Amino acid sequence: MPILRARARPTGAAEKGGALTLASRRARNNGSQSGRRLCVAFLTVTSVPALGQASALDPAGAEASSIATLFWAMVVGGALLWLFVVSLMLYGIRRRRRVHDEWTAGRLIFWAGAVFPVVTLFLLLGYALWLMPQLRPWAPAQAAATLRIEVEGRQFWWRAVYHRPGDQPVVTANEIRLPVGERVEFTLTSSDVIHSFWIPPLGGKMDMIPGRTNRLSILATKPGTFRGPCAEFCGASHALMAFSAISMEPEAFRSWLAAEAGPARPQPSDGARLFVENGCGACHTIRGTAASGEVGPDLTHVGSRLMIGAGTLPNTEEAIARFIAEPDVVKPGSTMPPFRMLPETEIRAMAAYLKALQ
Amino acid sequence: MIVGNDFSLRERRAQEKRLRAVWANPSGWRYWTSVNNFQVGLWYASAAFAFMLFAGLLALIMRAQLAVPENDLISAGFYNQAFTLHGTVMMFLFAVPIFEAVAIFLLPPMLGARELPFPRLGAFGFWSFFLGGVFVCGSILFDSAPTSGWFMYPPLATKEPGYGADIWLLGLSFIEVASIAAAVEIIVGIMKCRAPGMRINLMPLFAWYLLVVAGMILFAFPPLIAGDILFEMERMFDWPFFDASRGGDPILWQHLFWIFGHPEVYIIFLPAIALMAMIVPTFAQRPIVGYPWIVLAAVGTGFISFGLWVHHMFATGLPQISLAFFSAASEAVAIPTGVQIFVFIATMLAGRVIFSVPMLFGIGGIAVFVIGGLTGVMVALAPFDWQAHDSYFIVAHLHYVLIGGMLFPIVAGIYYYYPLIDSKRLSNRLGKIAFWLMFAGFNVAFFPMHLTGLRGMPRRVFTYPAGIGWDWLNLVSTIGAYVFAASVLVVVYDVLRPKHRQPGGEINPWNAGTLEWISEPEENWGVRSIPIVESRYPLWDQKDLVRRINEGDFYLPDAEEGKREGLVTSVLDARPLQVLRVGGTSYVTIVSAASLGMVFVALTFHWWWTALVFGVAAFASILYWLWTGTSEIPEKPQKDVGLGLTLPIYASGPNSVGWWAMFITMVGDGTAFASLVFGYFFYWTIHGDFTGGLAGPGAFWPLLSLAFFAAAWGATVAARALNQGNRTDLARASLAAGCILTIAGSLAAFLGPWSHTMEPTAHVYAAIVWILVIWLLCHAAVGAVMQLYCLARSFAGRMTAEYDGDIRNVELYWHFLVLTAVVTLLVIGLFPKVL
Repeated sequence: MPILRARARPTGAAEKGGALTLASRRARNNGSQSGRRLCVAFLTVTSVPALGQASALDPAGAEASSIATLFWAMVVGGALLWLFVVSLMLYGIRRRRRVHDEWTAGRLIFWAGAVFPVVTLFLLLGYALWLMPQLRPWAPAQAAATLRIEVEGRQFWWRAVYHRPGDQPVVTANEIRLPVGERVEFTLTSSDVIHSFWIPPLGGKMDMIPGRTNRLSILATKPGTFRGPCAEFCGASHALMAFSAISMEPEAFRSWLAAEAGPARPQPSDGARLFVENGCGACHTIRGTAASGEVGPDLTHVGSRLMIGAGTLPNTEEAIARFIAEPDVVKPGSTMPPFRMLPETEIRAMAAYLKALQ
Repeated sequence: MIVGNDFSLRERRAQEKRLRAVWANPSGWRYWTSVNNFQVGLWYASAAFAFMLFAGLLALIMRAQLAVPENDLISAGFYNQAFTLHGTVMMFLFAVPIFEAVAIFLLPPMLGARELPFPRLGAFGFWSFFLGGVFVCGSILFDSAPTSGWFMYPPLATKEPGYGADIWLLGLSFIEVASIAAAVEIIVGIMKCRAPGMRINLMPLFAWYLLVVAGMILFAFPPLIAGDILFEMERMFDWPFFDASRGGDPILWQHLFWIFGHPEVYIIFLPAIALMAMIVPTFAQRPIVGYPWIVLAAVGTGFISFGLWVHHMFATGLPQISLAFFSAASEAVAIPTGVQIFVFIATMLAGRVIFSVPMLFGIGGIAVFVIGGLTGVMVALAPFDWQAHDSYFIVAHLHYVLIGGMLFPIVAGIYYYYPLIDSKRLSNRLGKIAFWLMFAGFNVAFFPMHLTGLRGMPRRVFTYPAGIGWDWLNLVSTIGAYVFAASVLVVVYDVLRPKHRQPGGEINPWNAGTLEWISEPEENWGVRSIPIVESRYPLWDQKDLVRRINEGDFYLPDAEEGKREGLVTSVLDARPLQVLRVGGTSYVTIVSAASLGMVFVALTFHWWWTALVFGVAAFASILYWLWTGTSEIPEKPQKDVGLGLTLPIYASGPNSVGWWAMFITMVGDGTAFASLVFGYFFYWTIHGDFTGGLAGPGAFWPLLSLAFFAAAWGATVAARALNQGNRTDLARASLAAGCILTIAGSLAAFLGPWSHTMEPTAHVYAAIVWILVIWLLCHAAVGAVMQLYCLARSFAGRMTAEYDGDIRNVELYWHFLVLTAVVTLLVIGLFPKVL
């Protein structure tokens, strides 16, 4: 499947504002000659800030920084050990050297092969086991008082529900925001296959397993935007299943969550009407409208998210339109049916409507 | 001092002629019916290598796809097939079989034996492996290869559309049968077929390692086979073993898979280290330093490797106390591994090292492997694994371990042992070129992946976005991968290039000390006469040994009766016990393997009638094989084997190799059964009410069935005793009664869940009860066939009071069967009651 070419969307006619002619529609269905231009445009608009920082070695969370420190310490120790072993072997193959007696060689096996690893591994293990409960503390009493985010993995996107003590849950998708300096508990589930929840700069991963509920505790220490990929192979578009994680100052976070809790404020438009007429509401929810489907991601404030398609495309009108037209190409194996049979203008109108849902 | 046989030159020539005729391979197309260990070993190794090249090609396609971000070279669907097959083929069709190949090829001469005890079983194993492998690999040509990754996690893999997952499950089950066949052959061969005098503490290290590894296969593969059965039942008939909505749990598969999967790593790694343990002493020109150390380390690794599987599941949300335990066990395995590496270093330091291509690959391999070991120590720590798990860091780690710990030593082994195939050496120059390309290419390809992974790149992605720090790392990896591939091509070229200009006749060119170096490629007999061994390095320590062996100075220098013969010796101190006549050239191995293979193929595509027809064919050909090729009554009770020793030709019960093979097979079988029982209790632990509100099979039918099975077992044991006491008629009657009781017991076992209308698709409780019952019924059917087989043998005069190997093996089978019946029926009948 040609991904690069497929990423391009033939929008020539629509860009001119005119209706699609039959010919151009056929051209769109057959291939994408006119779309090469847009493909380039797409590649250039892909930018790091939207994707987020992805590295576990630039930590912005408590667990990630402990593990990064542990890692670098182990790298130094490991490098020294490796040099020791390799130099011994290089010495061993030298022609001109003393032939050591068997007793000395036996001592080497005993001290370097047995005693040394026992001692080092004992210390290392002790440290790691001491670290473990601190990185992922489970204190039920404490957990009840703080924010809990329920994330459900689905092929190939994420449903997120924010549970605040004494308040209505807030449903959103494909973007996780969390306050800096406050421990957040995640409950992780899946409704289809196994996924794995991972925000490398904040901490390690935890699987999402059908029939089970896993918990993960994350403490962000710095504000930032991060890329959270699905870490367990989950099917055709596993590579295209990611989310944006955004750690924010607590005040900003709370006002964002308050806004997110509210319904959408759509302007009456062609797009709004088409969204309903084409049955999109059977799968997607837009709170404050008739659309209340549970199959696909909640779109109530989709326009304000950094990315669409679970970390696949930048959040622009073009990209939304493209996703509506050919989700099967953008995300192989996704369950959303393609709407490429609709007129370009209608797709455009719906994209504009969705982008405006801030 | 050993006194020789002292034959004249003419006698010797006549003996050699007879031996040659007996051990000759057929020519023309019948060549493929050979069962000789050299042939089978070579085929095995060549096929495994071909599969490796195929899987390597898939890796190159994947690396090309990942060279640049957002690449559109191949589709997501093809990429997912490619990585699934790459892992599957490398593990199941290369890494494990290559060791079986090397073992089958090397063990007989190394142990001073003529053959392994069951050459036809070895050939059957090869054909099963080859046909299964072609079936699995071929699937990608029809765009229907499995796509769920080599560990096939449900529910993704249980829901996978198409035939891919079935091809994986059934194709590999077939190959697992081959592996277990090889394990049986290798264990019995090492324990019972060593040259006289080769006490267990004089055994070459290679044999020690293979004994450990074959034992591991016996306990590691059956859980996977059990898992495969559950998995295939879910795919074929919708039994909900891994479906959470009906009481199943996908985690059970992960347990069963990794109980196999982690020992698997050591099953791959230890034989490669075994090759190193043969190579290093040769080039250090001295015996290994710390023989007891390295043997203990190998055995220790084998044991510990069964206690680490959960470190593949650190991110599944298990309690921290389990993580701590399995972290500790995973760290512990580094200790015996460290000992083994330092044994090699110590041996080098205590000797004078002659530098050569095998040593180059060996040392390069250790340098690479140590990095893999160190990252292994890192990922064994649960907190670090939370970051590294399922990222490219793991891809780097596992390739450092497997390529450093397995591929480099294997190439070292090829350069070292090639003269055994051809009496010629491979090229020194090409070897060095290959090494440096391989070492450089490998590190360029895989070292950056550590960083790529920690920078957040998950494994198994067909594409990745540009600009988040993965671009150039991936490009470098791709370049390295192609350099690495070039090195493999150099090795392949060196092996295949015509060498007729090169002078041959290089017997033991490295001046090694172990027995395999006396074998000559032109001769199929393994050893000309079976020597008495007095040292770990007999060629160094026993004067004149080669000459005396080749002059027929030792045991079995002749083949007077025109039979393929070897010696059976005692397990610990290798006292000669029996002359073993092994099977020769036969079609039956290919026919059995091919028909069994067709059963698996037909099941994959749900061709039930075809499966039935080939099932009957496989059954018939295996019966024919047993009837004509096993427990044959010899023309005389004993024979003179030379050096004034006379040994019996027939043995039965614990003295016979067949009894041991049955015992070992049944240990593996029992392990698979235990895995199913584990499944039953696993469901019990994860659910409050694990019956899901369903009625169980009740206690009546299971207990009645138990009574029948106990009686059938009693009848079989009695039949053995009566037969031994020459009361043939009573023995026959007892066998017939036993068969009827078996059928009655099976019927009662079936009626338990049937009469309570347990619907296996409704809830996992019903499904697991049915699986246990079906397991029992299948074994009961085999038990009944065995009873009838003995009855028929008795009537045909092929089984007598003296020659009672058949019924003794059947009795042993029945010990295991009655145990299976007791456990199954008590668990399904009484356990729900005691809750």
